Amino acid sequence: MSERTYLDAASAEPMHPAAREMLLSAVDSGWADPVRLHHEGRTARLLLDNARAVLADAVGVRPDELYLTTSGTAAIQAGLTAVRAARSRVGATIVHSAVEHSAVLHTAGEAAAEVGVDRLGRVELAAFTDTVRRPGVAVAALQSANHEVGTRQPIEAAAEAAGDVPLFVDASASLGHDVVPAGWSVLAASAHKWGGPAGVGLLAVKKGTRIAPAWPMDEREDGLSPGFPNVPNALAAAAALQARLAEALELDRHHRAWIDEVRSRVAADIPDVEVVGDADDRLPHILTFSCLYVDGEALVTALDAEGFAVSSGSACTSSTLRPSHVLAAMGVLTHGNVRVSLGRDTTHEEVQRFCAVLPGLVQRIRAEVGM
Amino acid sequence: MNVDLDCRGLLCPLPVIKLAKTLPTVAVGDTVTVLADDPAAATDIPAWCRMRSQELVSAAENQYVVRRLS
Repeated sequence: MSERTYLDAASAEPMHPAAREMLLSAVDSGWADPVRLHHEGRTARLLLDNARAVLADAVGVRPDELYLTTSGTAAIQAGLTAVRAARSRVGATIVHSAVEHSAVLHTAGEAAAEVGVDRLGRVELAAFTDTVRRPGVAVAALQSANHEVGTRQPIEAAAEAAGDVPLFVDASASLGHDVVPAGWSVLAASAHKWGGPAGVGLLAVKKGTRIAPAWPMDEREDGLSPGFPNVPNALAAAAALQARLAEALELDRHHRAWIDEVRSRVAADIPDVEVVGDADDRLPHILTFSCLYVDGEALVTALDAEGFAVSSGSACTSSTLRPSHVLAAMGVLTHGNVRVSLGRDTTHEEVQRFCAVLPGLVQRIRAEVGM
Repeated sequence: MNVDLDCRGLLCPLPVIKLAKTLPTVAVGDTVTVLADDPAAATDIPAWCRMRSQELVSAAENQYVVRRLS
């Protein structure tokens, strides 16, 4: 087994050591039903309350404004649906940018009003403003930053434009990595993106935002996420976020500098490459680029054989027939696409080795098709 | 002058590779019409024209007309 360099933190990160430690102890102490009145139940309830308080503090809401769901996708679906249902007298339209997570696009469905983005992947603010002020808009959804290309969205300006329409912010790509701007009414995020366990999403609903959950309000999590709660995972998610935020400044400084380095070296060392996303107003840890004439799957596989794990938004990666809707909306090259995302364990040496190995692989794949 | 390039059934990045190989064979000012039904072509052929400074004359219904500018 060759030395591995994992550069796909935006897909999943190994669990944060603080979360792992918490999970192992919480499995033994937090297994009981937190709504029961016996000692074991009260212990579980106390632990769940602790987790909720930590997570609420991290996103700047009160504990009773913070709901735990079974994933980020579930948080998006339950949150958007509940806000839309509460505003059914106003209308059913969900305004969203063209580069939202697929969970937003699927939830919006037929009643969507999609707003385009510029070449950097940033929502067209004038069009957003115009669309959100039309009659019949239940809720507007805008991500804090894009999960594929790293570009930040103008959340504060969007909130101002939205006026009385609640702004739903998918902060999954940012939380734990970057500052999440104020102005939102509802926020969703996912624990595995900040080094917590899979299967924990959070949904923050600011007081004054009306919701009509699909399940009865006396169900757990006020009907936004019914079913038995995973207390140990919630605690691990809270421990991970707390630890991650304590490291955030230092990681931000390293990741920003290293991504800048990859950006300039990729552009300098590889001909016919398009580095996409905003160079400065972006997440610290994500970089995406596309190489002309290169099959994305071939490049991911070649990098994997050299020990590098990256992801790709190209359709030529076999899991999908369509290219990334994010890249398509930006109008940038979709084939030969690579997303590099740095984790808390990533080292500068690994980043440098990636920059050194990549140009030869691109050249080899191009040569195979006579380019 | 126009040259037709049938890329139907080919997946990305093959339509763009074929376009890149064919365009230099026509005179400056002439066009290549690419037929491509791969969904990625709708983004990638315009992106290629932008990156290589060639003119995308039209793009509709799986048919892309590209003029050689240089």
